[in-house]
Amino acid sequence: MSAAAPAPGGYEVVIGLEVHVHLRTASKLFSPAPVRYGDEPNHDVHPVDLGLPGVLPVLNRKAVELAVRAALATHCSVHPRSIFARKNYFYPDLPKGYQISQYEEPLATGGWVEVEVEAGSARVGLTRIHIEEDAGKSIHDAAIAGHEGSHVDLNRAGVPLLEIVSEPDLRSPEQAGAYLRTLRQILRYAGVSDADLEKGQFRCDANVSLRRPGAAQLGTRTELKNLNSFRFVEEALRAEIKRQAAILDAGGAVQQATMHYDAARGATRVMRLKENADDYRYFPDPDLVPLELEPESIEAIRRELPELPEAKRMRFQGEYGLSPYTARILAESRELADFFEAVVRAIGADRAKTAANWIQRDVLQALGAGGREIGQTRLAPEALAALIRLVEAGRVTAGSARALLPELMERGGDPERLVGERGLEAVSDAGQLEHAADEVIAAHPDVAAQVRAGEPKGLHFLIGQVMKRTQGKADPKLVREILSRRLRGA
Amino acid sequence: MAFETALELGAALDAGRASAVELADAALARAEAARALGAFVHLQPERAREEARRADARRARGARRSRLDGVPVAIKDLLVQEGEPCGCASRILEGFVAPYQGTQAARLSAAGAVIVGRTNMDEFAMGSSTENSARGPTRNPWDPERVPGGSSGGSAVAVAAGIVPAALGSDTGGSIRQPASLCGVVGLKPTYGRVSRYGLVAFASSLDHVGPLARTAADCAVLLEAIAGHDPADSTSLPEPVPRYTDALSGDVSGLVIGLPRQFSDGAGADPEVLARVRDAVAELERAGAKTRPVELPHAPHAIATYYLIATAEASSNLARYDGVRYGRRAPAASLGEMYRRTRSEGFGPEVKRRILLGTYVLSAGYYDAYYRKAQKVRTLLRRDFEAALAGCDLIVSPTSPEVAFRIGEKTTDPLRMYLSDIYTVSANLTGLPAISVPCGFAHGLPVGFQLMSRALDEATLLRVADAYQRRSDWHERHPELPR
Repeated sequence: MSAAAPAPGGYEVVIGLEVHVHLRTASKLFSPAPVRYGDEPNHDVHPVDLGLPGVLPVLNRKAVELAVRAALATHCSVHPRSIFARKNYFYPDLPKGYQISQYEEPLATGGWVEVEVEAGSARVGLTRIHIEEDAGKSIHDAAIAGHEGSHVDLNRAGVPLLEIVSEPDLRSPEQAGAYLRTLRQILRYAGVSDADLEKGQFRCDANVSLRRPGAAQLGTRTELKNLNSFRFVEEALRAEIKRQAAILDAGGAVQQATMHYDAARGATRVMRLKENADDYRYFPDPDLVPLELEPESIEAIRRELPELPEAKRMRFQGEYGLSPYTARILAESRELADFFEAVVRAIGADRAKTAANWIQRDVLQALGAGGREIGQTRLAPEALAALIRLVEAGRVTAGSARALLPELMERGGDPERLVGERGLEAVSDAGQLEHAADEVIAAHPDVAAQVRAGEPKGLHFLIGQVMKRTQGKADPKLVREILSRRLRGA
Repeated sequence: MAFETALELGAALDAGRASAVELADAALARAEAARALGAFVHLQPERAREEARRADARRARGARRSRLDGVPVAIKDLLVQEGEPCGCASRILEGFVAPYQGTQAARLSAAGAVIVGRTNMDEFAMGSSTENSARGPTRNPWDPERVPGGSSGGSAVAVAAGIVPAALGSDTGGSIRQPASLCGVVGLKPTYGRVSRYGLVAFASSLDHVGPLARTAADCAVLLEAIAGHDPADSTSLPEPVPRYTDALSGDVSGLVIGLPRQFSDGAGADPEVLARVRDAVAELERAGAKTRPVELPHAPHAIATYYLIATAEASSNLARYDGVRYGRRAPAASLGEMYRRTRSEGFGPEVKRRILLGTYVLSAGYYDAYYRKAQKVRTLLRRDFEAALAGCDLIVSPTSPEVAFRIGEKTTDPLRMYLSDIYTVSANLTGLPAISVPCGFAHGLPVGFQLMSRALDEATLLRVADAYQRRSDWHERHPELPR
């Protein structure tokens, strides 16, 4: 990856990220319990999730399909055979005393993600992608637990996770943030995960170290755990880089450790030193058979991969003549891109740029106000196309059309009918407009005089006054024409 | 009716000579009378009588579920039955009542068999004598001062003492076959994956098997038909259809080739009296038309070491769930670490602790390659040995146990000597091949069994030969006196 601005002290920053993503399945990785968010604690559990004596795991094939999809969408080699292994450790939210994961033989290795960075775009390598089960949640907060002591919620235990490990290719916190945003976008596009950060569906651990530029060896790294927003990742990395640089500047040595980022203080602190490597006593899980994937089934999943953001952006530029900037905005989510193309289908490919402008400017602005996604509104692509056509036909002004958008989003409906009901048809009756223009000129003789003397600012004021008198329904171009003519002619 | 077989009892029910309720009552009464043997850790009289009543009603309607409908059986205390305690003879599971149904209990129910109680065992199936039980030892009905073998000692005794005609056990290194041999009954360990493990509390997942113990091979066949078959809840369960094993019991063994491994011919470490009984049994099968030939199993001497590495490694992980957090015993403590330590220190017995420690060591970084990985390689070599040997013969014969039942307490201080009890049996667990132990006489006044192994999924041949032998012998018709 390209070099970034050097860190404090002229060090080169080396970052690798481990991302954990919840796969979008109806049930858990090894049990038939449903995957749901926000249910009563310990409601979505099956004997398998509780680790009762005598239970056995059965692999969820949908999780495998989604995992393969993720691996293919990030250019990884999917292995025809991978092995589930047990990672052994004791913790109250780990019901079996081990987590079923993949270790020596993961699902996929060796991919990349194309990321936009300061100097253009660059590839971030992926070391591996593997499937594993999530643990439950420990609740140590007495206020939630209801009394002293800790509680365990196993609703999350056994939820299918993908672990995506990047190469140490990232050279700045900003690159790390860009990588995460891109990765999340790809996973959402591919339908692998909703990757909702607030629901814990997309979590990140970061490994970071510093070294002198050109040094062959990597410096000692520290690990930042459970960073739950992109902003946090960047902030925490900046803080940790500052801390490491200060240690190295002072001639000290960074100790391998797990770090905690204290957002309030904007600083990292050592949570746990890693003097000895953790020994998880991994071994192949004898309750599960090796995961064998036929090459044909991998190819079938590849064929069904949806168009990914990168390809979509390129196509939008080529097919519809959109600028790279507009293409990027419209391809931000699969939903929005699909909406755009549906509008284009309704209005005709020759009007694609107009449609793009409307979405980019007006629709996104209206969405932004409510903090919603396009799919959460009742605005049909056909309705937006109809609205644009009304504007182009001069039957409604752009301003009136824009004002209708929130209502169309809230309640849906046919723009043509709405325009009629609200009496928003554009005033194009020249006589009516001339009358209004005369009244405005008469009411503001001094401004009219300025305009006649060649002061154009006053004309805008007069146009505004005419628009006001027609409740914004007049075509501003026509109003300008009439005003100019009358001021000249008088 | 104490010593009638399951098939005979089923026929008696069909003919109206007995009711299922009477059979359940008789089994429960005999279990009470034989209490001194310690075969059971739990009896479930109300539930058994209720199920028996339903079985009688089904028969009255002409809607019996199988030949086992209404026949009393017992299950080992590590097979889960919904609503019943499942203690694995361990303090750590004291008070645990299973909230879900295991496949084995479900299939027994589907066949109509009436589960009267749960049998004693070595804690978590770790042992060869049923002495490692939090519920006290089980005694051999042929000599109550001696062990019944283990770990399914309670099931073997429940059958040998005529309490039930058949019982289910589990076999991780010989735990069905060795107690069957020491108690004079038939014990079958099916092919790995033939019987679901869902509901079997795990000791070592890749070696654990569920199978029947009964006084005859024919009863084992009818029980296996009931419990075998694919189970979507067990990923290692095999999809092949289940044959009607009872149809294979033709009594004909002519032309079958029985392989004699050198280890058996040498008889190193085995009681000569035991070897003599097994040779007599082979001679009897030859008279019936079977042939013999020597076979080589070059890696067999490594089987015990391989077994104890893999079994303990898997056990150390399988038993991690008994942590005091969700169910079973929890020791009071001020911190999480102390709670774990005290719960597990107080809850597990010494043999279980020994194996968890050993297995944890085997899997540790730096030792994994030397022990666990190497053991898996030897396991593969052993599998190839048996495949090669069984290409030239239909069955491989050996004693089941190198000796007859030993005295209670005799080996408890010497675990390595105890581990050698499994010398003939562990190979069938490591290879997953089916194996059966059949009574073939007495040595020093105590039962002796011989073991037959066959190709994967060829339980039919094992049962056919065992049945043919029992048609030509009457060892299984000799019964111990109940102690007073």
